[in-house]
Amino acid sequence: MIAEAGLVALWLAAALALLQLFLAFGPAPMRGGTGTLRSIAIVEGLLTLFAMAMLMLVFARTDLSVLLVAENSHSAKPWLYKIAGAWGNHEGSMLLWVTILGVAGAALAIFSRRMEEKTLTAALGSQGALALGFFAFLLFSSNPFARLNPPALEGRGLNPLLQDPGLVFHPPTLYLGYVGLSVAFSLAVGALITGRVDSGLAKAMQPWVLGAWIMLTLGITAGSYWAYYELGWGGWWFWDPVENASLMPWLAATALLHSVNVLAARDSLRAWTMMLAMVAFSMSMVGTFLVRSGVLTSVHAFAVDPSRGTFLLALLAIYVGAAFALFALRSGKLAEGPPFELASREAALVGNNLLLSVILGVVFVGTLYPLFVEATTGSKLSVGAPYFDTVAGPLALLLAALVAVGPLLNWRRDSGERLKRLAVPGLVGVTVAAIALFVLPGGILAKAGLGIAAMLAVAAFLPLLGRRLLRTPLTTWGMVVAHFGAAVAIAGMSASTMMTKEVLTAARPGEQISVGPWLVEFKSVTPTAGPNWTALEAELRASPGSGVSVLKPQARFYTDPPTETTESAIETVLSGQLYTVLGRAAEDGRWQLRLWWKPLVTLIWLGGALIALGGALALGGRAWRGWRKERER
Amino acid sequence: MIAKPKHQRLVLIVIAAAAVLAAVLLAMWGLRSRAAYFYTPPEIVAGKAAVGQPVRLGGMVEKGSIQRLPDGVSIRFTVGDSSARVPVVFRGIVPDLFREGSGVVAEGHVAQDGTFVADEILAKHDERYIPPELGNQAAEHKAAKTVEK
Repeated sequence: MIAEAGLVALWLAAALALLQLFLAFGPAPMRGGTGTLRSIAIVEGLLTLFAMAMLMLVFARTDLSVLLVAENSHSAKPWLYKIAGAWGNHEGSMLLWVTILGVAGAALAIFSRRMEEKTLTAALGSQGALALGFFAFLLFSSNPFARLNPPALEGRGLNPLLQDPGLVFHPPTLYLGYVGLSVAFSLAVGALITGRVDSGLAKAMQPWVLGAWIMLTLGITAGSYWAYYELGWGGWWFWDPVENASLMPWLAATALLHSVNVLAARDSLRAWTMMLAMVAFSMSMVGTFLVRSGVLTSVHAFAVDPSRGTFLLALLAIYVGAAFALFALRSGKLAEGPPFELASREAALVGNNLLLSVILGVVFVGTLYPLFVEATTGSKLSVGAPYFDTVAGPLALLLAALVAVGPLLNWRRDSGERLKRLAVPGLVGVTVAAIALFVLPGGILAKAGLGIAAMLAVAAFLPLLGRRLLRTPLTTWGMVVAHFGAAVAIAGMSASTMMTKEVLTAARPGEQISVGPWLVEFKSVTPTAGPNWTALEAELRASPGSGVSVLKPQARFYTDPPTETTESAIETVLSGQLYTVLGRAAEDGRWQLRLWWKPLVTLIWLGGALIALGGALALGGRAWRGWRKERER
Repeated sequence: MIAKPKHQRLVLIVIAAAAVLAAVLLAMWGLRSRAAYFYTPPEIVAGKAAVGQPVRLGGMVEKGSIQRLPDGVSIRFTVGDSSARVPVVFRGIVPDLFREGSGVVAEGHVAQDGTFVADEILAKHDERYIPPELGNQAAEHKAAKTVEK
């Protein structure tokens, strides 16, 4: 009954989405007030939330009469992975996607109280249209509640690579970001329909963009760290198309985040901001198509079914096509905002937007090129790190340099007086780059990266200069922290790329291996077991001069489904991470061991977390300001 | 020198168009030299991939062909299909699902002597994963794996 309840809730929600669409855009007599529309959106959100809860419940109970559970779960799995396993498969993860879409629509209805009514009506209609398509996708081609009769005796289990705490946080945060952007999309659609693109709209859009962007940042950072420790390759970004699928919305959202600020503060960049709001969620849909259609194969492509790909592609074409047709028809009618000079905050933010757009374009072309070539010529190819690093890398560094400059400029026009403050950070950057150039090994890009990171790390704090720190608004603090986080992340990427030491060897217990500053003693290999796996576990004693750390990398064997995984063991110290992997046994009693010393690698994720924290500060600052205004009334 | 409003919008549009064009040109330039093409064993044997060029090789790991080399961390094996076989060497820890008789995609280059030197081995990620390049076997695989009714 639980599964059926979930299914009924989904159908009801889909019917409400249809109603929502009609009430917003239908012939005038059918239109309801914004009040009705709001209530519908809220109920729809609750229904999808209920459906998701029902799916989690059947997974928690391992109800093997539900096909999805039988195919993806197992009674002997730890409870956390049983529940999180609800979205560790195609249907469940699409349901999560749709749930967040529904909840985002409801949240828009609840929180946008002071928005212009007609725009809100159209935006809720657009949200209904989006939801309708994805409800149809779920119900007609990816039903998560399908029954299996007779029930299976035992489930087939969850891919062991997914049996990790990462599964609990990574998909929901990433999806909150992906789908949170749908609200910005709908608001842009609404504003283009009513023609009211102004700072009021930007202020309504800001928290959504900021919130979605924070979640995307967290999701990407968490996903990167998960892949880093779980896959045992020691890398933190592979330029895998699936990773790019999450990076593209982030790039667009980052650009949008800045341009929506210009629109809110200065009423400039109207058409451009609307365009970016549409591009950002379009990129989310492109990402969903890439990951969920099965055109790409990776850990994320849970199943391959061509009909799903066609369905998603059709949805993508309809929504993106309609949005851009609307843009083409209406954007020309928008009045232009106040002008600005070349040396101004606006101009710097235009530069930021253009660079982010170019990076987005480069990543987009590189990600889709293999699909395009295969579709047109039939030959297969892959585009990887050599392309993305050389093409996107320098652009990203240029952008990072611009980040140091922009916040020092005034709105509208600037004499450039405050740019003199860049002398100190500039000097720091040049010094670090020079040291890197002569002392450290590695490529020019990483060395430049370290220099620019050092410069930005200092320059990020310049906007606080001459201000009373406790009086400085939280939004400014947020910007400072986020920009500093970018510097930290770039420093981590550059430093670990240049200075990583790797040892691959076959050793007998008792032997010692040296890697970077570490001396690692290989003590033993012993069998061990967990709830649904057995493993061979190595014991390594690592000492950096003084003090001993014990690392226990494992080679695990899961029974359901039968799979082997390597569990890396990582020792984190202030200056970096020692990363160890146990390989296979050689015939002569030796074991393969792979050890990395990765200096400063932790800065990458610390930087990502700081960027998200900066966003949270800015969001908190806005909420606080809004709350105080409300009280003053 | 505040530009006249009309001009400013025009200038911005021109700059944006130039940026898009730059992105596409940059991408095309990058792709020309940096995309790794995928080859099957007969294509490698026929010499379609130039020596040293980064390519991918996909096929089945032949039964009984995996050989460990004395250093303990290198292996030698054969990737083949019905008509051609390519010897491969690889130094590193092979992925968890790398097995004889199963599908593999190796990234690397062809050496002077015709051996494929793999820098990376991408075995299927899980039970149900099949490289798209080996798609025709996927259907059978999936059928065999469907839950017994």
